[in-house]
Amino acid sequence: MSMDRRKFLKVAGVGALGLAGLPASRLLAADDPRFKPPAEGLQGKRWAMVIDLTKEAHDADAISVCHKIHNVPQLTNPRHEIKWLWNTGFKHAFPGLASKHMAVQYKGEHSALVLCNHCENPPCVRVCPTKATFRRADGIVLMDFHRCIGCRFCMAACPFGARSFNWVDPRTASNLDEPGEVMLTFPTRMKGVVEKCNFCAERLARGLIPACVENSSDGRMLFGDLEDPHSDVSRIVKSKYTIRRKQHLGTEPSVFYIV
Amino acid sequence: MLDKALCGSKRYWGLIIFLLAIIGVGVLTYGYQLREGLGITGMGRSVSWGFYIAQLTFLVGVAASAVMLVIPYYLHNYKEFGKIAILGEFVAIAAVTMCLLFVLADLGQPQRMFNLILHPTLNSVLFWDMIVLNGYLFLNLIIGWTTLGAEKKGTPPPGWVKPLIYLSIPWAVSIHTVTAFLYSGLPGRGFWLTAVMAPRFLASAFAAGPALLILLALIVRKYTKFDPGAKAIQALAKIVTYAIITFVFLFFCELFTVFYSQIPEHMDHFKYLYMGYDGYGAYVPFMWLSLILAGISIIMLVNPKTRKNEGTLVVACVMVFISTWIDKGMGMISGGFVPDPLHEVHEYIPTLPELTITVGIYAIGALILTVLYKVVVSVREEELA
Repeated sequence: MSMDRRKFLKVAGVGALGLAGLPASRLLAADDPRFKPPAEGLQGKRWAMVIDLTKEAHDADAISVCHKIHNVPQLTNPRHEIKWLWNTGFKHAFPGLASKHMAVQYKGEHSALVLCNHCENPPCVRVCPTKATFRRADGIVLMDFHRCIGCRFCMAACPFGARSFNWVDPRTASNLDEPGEVMLTFPTRMKGVVEKCNFCAERLARGLIPACVENSSDGRMLFGDLEDPHSDVSRIVKSKYTIRRKQHLGTEPSVFYIV
Repeated sequence: MLDKALCGSKRYWGLIIFLLAIIGVGVLTYGYQLREGLGITGMGRSVSWGFYIAQLTFLVGVAASAVMLVIPYYLHNYKEFGKIAILGEFVAIAAVTMCLLFVLADLGQPQRMFNLILHPTLNSVLFWDMIVLNGYLFLNLIIGWTTLGAEKKGTPPPGWVKPLIYLSIPWAVSIHTVTAFLYSGLPGRGFWLTAVMAPRFLASAFAAGPALLILLALIVRKYTKFDPGAKAIQALAKIVTYAIITFVFLFFCELFTVFYSQIPEHMDHFKYLYMGYDGYGAYVPFMWLSLILAGISIIMLVNPKTRKNEGTLVVACVMVFISTWIDKGMGMISGGFVPDPLHEVHEYIPTLPELTITVGIYAIGALILTVLYKVVVSVREEELA
């Protein structure tokens, strides 16, 4: 390709103009419809969840759907396990609240259902050195998989063990290594980044409630806006005694439990 | 001055080649980790930091201890440290470099390292740790190199270094304080959630660093014509004595609070480390060894006879170094993660590749230290000649 001086200056000049115009276009970006939430999306001020531990636990569907639609890899080495939503014993979900004299339904190893608490005052967000994990205006704590440097400070900071790290390449997992098995509605991750439950932010944007709630057995899980007095979660939290995990730590979890 | 590092004896080059060989193996293993991911280490969902971050923690202390030479020499005009201060500054350079390399080795996505600067986050302690570690590295590089350069020319160091030297004093304290704050501000980790963490880190650092310096000074005296001075070494020995006693005192303060209050979230970590918990106890012998070594070294350092005898002083310094290394390089991180926030016990045992990378980084530190010390020794030998 040949280019004389005149032509070069022309191109360079237009390029420089474009650069000068960049900040203005950034200012206008807020009005750009491409960056607005879709009209059909669910809007909330503080998304929250209620889990009823007095209801019999049939959480297998909720868990498997969650892990399926979010391309969570199934890894055989327990150290490398990735978990967004899982069953654990009451004494693990609520250490300090369990006692050997409790009712038998709390003693099973799978009695409680746990996930990211989407705290109002999240320690993971406080410690992240790159803002790769952040809290949205509607209360959801999200991960930017492309910005995360994999320092795992958030995992040390989370008092709930809600975060998982990709110790190995998740795309080689047995449930993700064939193209047809990958859900195209949510990105797969690469090795070396942290991930966790996102309260189905991608479904809320399409007007759908979280998949686990949709697939939970009757009354086991509820989802709604805590700031909306008419929502299901508000009604329950206002009328019944609920507890949250490690409430004394001041992180203000958004997942409430009926016990 | 760096040319001085290019002409040396056969033994010097032998050491350099030996270190380069270890570094080579470490770099290859790091390439393997880069390809496979951090899954090649013993870390996991439950114990998400391991040997790398533990070495960072220990070496930050070694780096910070240079201040134990700078304060007496520059603030109190203690002339005996005049010849030896540079040895401390150069240990700091090697140690901080290793710290930064250990952080790098621990990152899941090291290619994105510069996100730390592209997206500076003032509320993250890790951001501040990066600032203070890099700042300390440059301070010591500038101070060490300038003062040695002036000495070589036989002139006093330029006036502008003085403010930097004074700045390096609080800065040294800051690197270990900020590193302690990485841990002591996390709500769900009872083992680390203690205000005594930073003081304890500093105390063990001021024991481990000067103990290492004594050993290095004696090695330099044995193999070169440069004598750091018996008086300077004895002064350092006293610093080690006070520091290791302070460290053990702070440790017992912690033990009292934990075991008298009997709050399980705090106590169970100590139980795991010193007695075993839920059937797991891989670290128990090491933790007791650390305590026993600290105890014996205190007896040897307090007793003037064994402190003044350089033969027994060496033994005491080796004990101090091993004891503080076990405390920070092994127990501090594992102890904080076991049991985990769900009160489950998953024991962490480092893997061979992980240890190989660790040894490789230590070899890089040793190489830097060897080259820098060679320059110092050559300059000093020229002065004598």
